[in-house]
Amino acid sequence: MADSIQLRVSRFRPETDSAPRWQEYDVPLRKEWTVLDGLNHVKNEVDTTLSFRWSCRMGICGSCGMNVEGEPKLTCGTFLSDYEPGPITIEPLANFPVVRDLVVDLTDFMEKLPRIKPWIIPKEDHGNVEPDVEFLQTPGQLDAYRQFSMCINCMLCYAACPVYGLDPEFIGPAAIALAERYDLDSRDIGSPERMDVLIQHDGIWGCTFVGECTRVCPKHVDPASAIQRYKLKAALGTVKAFLLPRGAR
Amino acid sequence: MTPSGGTPTDLRVYRPRLSTWWWTRKRTYFVFVMRELSSIFIAWFVVYLLLLVYAVGQGEAAYRRFLDWASSPWVTVVNVVALVFVLLHTVTWFNLTPQAMSVRVMDRAVPSFHIIAGQYTGLVVVSGFVFWLVTR
Ligand code: SF4
Ligand code: FES
Repeated sequence: MADSIQLRVSRFRPETDSAPRWQEYDVPLRKEWTVLDGLNHVKNEVDTTLSFRWSCRMGICGSCGMNVEGEPKLTCGTFLSDYEPGPITIEPLANFPVVRDLVVDLTDFMEKLPRIKPWIIPKEDHGNVEPDVEFLQTPGQLDAYRQFSMCINCMLCYAACPVYGLDPEFIGPAAIALAERYDLDSRDIGSPERMDVLIQHDGIWGCTFVGECTRVCPKHVDPASAIQRYKLKAALGTVKAFLLPRGAR
Repeated sequence: MTPSGGTPTDLRVYRPRLSTWWWTRKRTYFVFVMRELSSIFIAWFVVYLLLLVYAVGQGEAAYRRFLDWASSPWVTVVNVVALVFVLLHTVTWFNLTPQAMSVRVMDRAVPSFHIIAGQYTGLVVVSGFVFWLVTR
């Protein structure tokens, strides 16, 4: 094992630059060091002007996503030694506007997420329920949506999605996976409201099932699956509405 | 945003653009584009089949003319290429089906493997039936 590795980092300074440029840094190569550790070494020891986001260092907060060698990755879970002998190119998450260096602007997602109502829409108003009342679920009911509840909003799936890259209007993989998370919850009755949002022009039908969102997701959420399931539900809904025009949805 | 001591400025950002050749950058993107392209060859096989049925309906002379046309080098080449794409289409879509259909039996998810195996079984049964129909 060599004792250092080169990071090739994309730098963008909005005050002076019109486009990003590359800057190289040599960092110590240690078996237990992640790409994020390498960047923190640069920030602490070499160049304090380098900007990037991180918080938990354990794959929970979802803030350290970057494109490493062109692949969207959580840098706190990606090891330097996997890229030996280097250099390792590190860019901001693809498909998002770059604010500075490795920091991207996520306003777009923050605006889209509430549209799919990512909260439980209950049958009765829970405001009137005694605080000690529990809404129990069987292990099977929990299992139905559990996978989709693991999303940490890291945006790797948006960076991997060419549909989002070509048309930023597309509501995107994680938002749809989160809609599915609440739809599949036995305590929720919000499916028709969410479907109304998702069948719009910027919803599920934009997806061409590239499947890359699922491949890059660090939490095994499988957003591609959520989207295709929605398409199936929407198509069946249309058939039902046609056959039973008076029937309830 | 107001930088300290300055006048208000817009947040200047860099907006990257996706190149037209994005699908050549990664193997998975390339396979996706090939899978999309395969639909054209599926359509071609449908047209080919309709032409065959039409020729059969027109009597023996028309059928012989169809066979001559079908065995011309360019039609053969097109059909070989189409076959490769149709196989790609079948395999990729069979593999993707479990993602689109979640089947739950007795409150448990049916493993993807069973769904894919079910499709191949269906394919074998239908192909066997067609083979029997044609050769009997
Ligand atoms: S679905 Fe996966 S990749 Fe997308 S934001 Fe959630 S955790 Fe990240
Ligand atoms: S720093 Fe929190 S997920 Fe990487």
